[in-house]
Amino acid sequence: MSIFDKFRPVSSALQDLTNYGVETVNVVIERFISPFEAVINGRQTVLAGTNNYLGLTFDQECIRAACEALRQEGTGTTGSRMANGNYAGHIALERELAEFFSRKGAIVFSTGYVAIIGMMTALAGPGDVILIDSDCHASIYDGCRLGGAQFILFKHNDIADLEKRLRRLGKQTENTLIVVEGIYSMLGDRAMLSDITEVKKKYGACLLVDEAHSLGVLGKQGRGLAEEAGVEDDVDFIVGTFSKSLGAIGGFCVSNHPQLELIRCVSRPYIFTASPSPSVIASTRAALKILRTRPELRSRLWENARKLYQRLKDMGFVLGPEPSPIISVRLKDKGKAVASWKKLLERGVYVNMVLPPATTDGNPLLRCSVSAGHTPEQVEQICEAFASLQDVPEPAPMS
Amino acid sequence: MQDYRELVVKLCDILRPFNEEGIDLKEETDLAADLGLDSLKVLELLVTVEDSFDISIPLNILPQVRTIKDFAEQLQQLLSERS
Repeated sequence: MSIFDKFRPVSSALQDLTNYGVETVNVVIERFISPFEAVINGRQTVLAGTNNYLGLTFDQECIRAACEALRQEGTGTTGSRMANGNYAGHIALERELAEFFSRKGAIVFSTGYVAIIGMMTALAGPGDVILIDSDCHASIYDGCRLGGAQFILFKHNDIADLEKRLRRLGKQTENTLIVVEGIYSMLGDRAMLSDITEVKKKYGACLLVDEAHSLGVLGKQGRGLAEEAGVEDDVDFIVGTFSKSLGAIGGFCVSNHPQLELIRCVSRPYIFTASPSPSVIASTRAALKILRTRPELRSRLWENARKLYQRLKDMGFVLGPEPSPIISVRLKDKGKAVASWKKLLERGVYVNMVLPPATTDGNPLLRCSVSAGHTPEQVEQICEAFASLQDVPEPAPMS
Repeated sequence: MQDYRELVVKLCDILRPFNEEGIDLKEETDLAADLGLDSLKVLELLVTVEDSFDISIPLNILPQVRTIKDFAEQLQQLLSERS
């Protein structure tokens, strides 16, 4: 018996993939040609699995701001804000986020993952209850496990199931936190937020919405699903990330609750993590400004998303329930998914392959993320690559 | 408090549709090793048990549940907390 014995199933799954001639977990982007084209395996490849929704990773204004911060403040903060102090940029970004969301307060975290577990573990501990949508991201499940609260699933976007579970909790609903996502990361569908806020108010629970994939994507101002659904006042906490539409890394929470400031003193993932580097904060601030002032990026993103969704649908692929910048092709067979993913890469298109148990229904996905920065030619190349999959032979079954 | 024996009988009854091999269901029956329940099947089972007893089962209990006996004990605890 060894501490490594538990890795056997993972090792065997990886070996299966290797036998198929794919190294999905070791894809190397060797060189960038443009924001959405890079060299992978020596081949020019369109990047269709980036979450770079507004295409800002190579924006000149963001790069200039990051370079300036590097020169003025150095490469890193080398410690947590609690111990090493705040940089002016951290405070400025928090002020700008609070203003953007029209909230009283904001906290910046070092990554989106840290933001969600930092908030969830601080808000819901032993004796509290967390109710989460079953399609929530792994970070939300981890936030449940680490905090020590009882955690209960409700069926994906099933409001009757959510209400049933709140009813069963009785008086405990007063210390219950409901967690949902603006756009779900696997199938790209929205939470039914309007209905969720109604139920939440009826039972007196708190609501946290993770807008990781919907910030900059939904809402007239780009604030996410809560804005689009017109229910911002009924959402207690909005959490998001800088690593998608803002093209950097980091996370945040905004809220009107006066207790938000106390989170800084009780959230271990906030206290014990090195704070974001000055260059990251600077490029994020520049990207947030662009998000606010260039709504045409959002329009272009949706134009590309609707086009790709419709084309893939017309080809007969089974997709997520609604057009979205996340477009997932749902497959029944793991071997078919692996062979298809490999063929897409050979055709110069990189998408994300998601295999069970990471998927919502136990079936594999080929997940595309569309960007405002994709050119019409690149969208066309993605479509043509998927069209070529109709020739992929049925592979031998995988374990 | 709900009788433990009754809970085991009721659980065995609920587990019948999940028992694809038709094995003899006993307190020691291992949900994963003997019945071959994967994580999705376990969630399906949880929902059936939840609706049957009109309770919500926190996922935190799962690491403590390996056999029908473990499940019945956890269920008994949850039901006693509710009453």
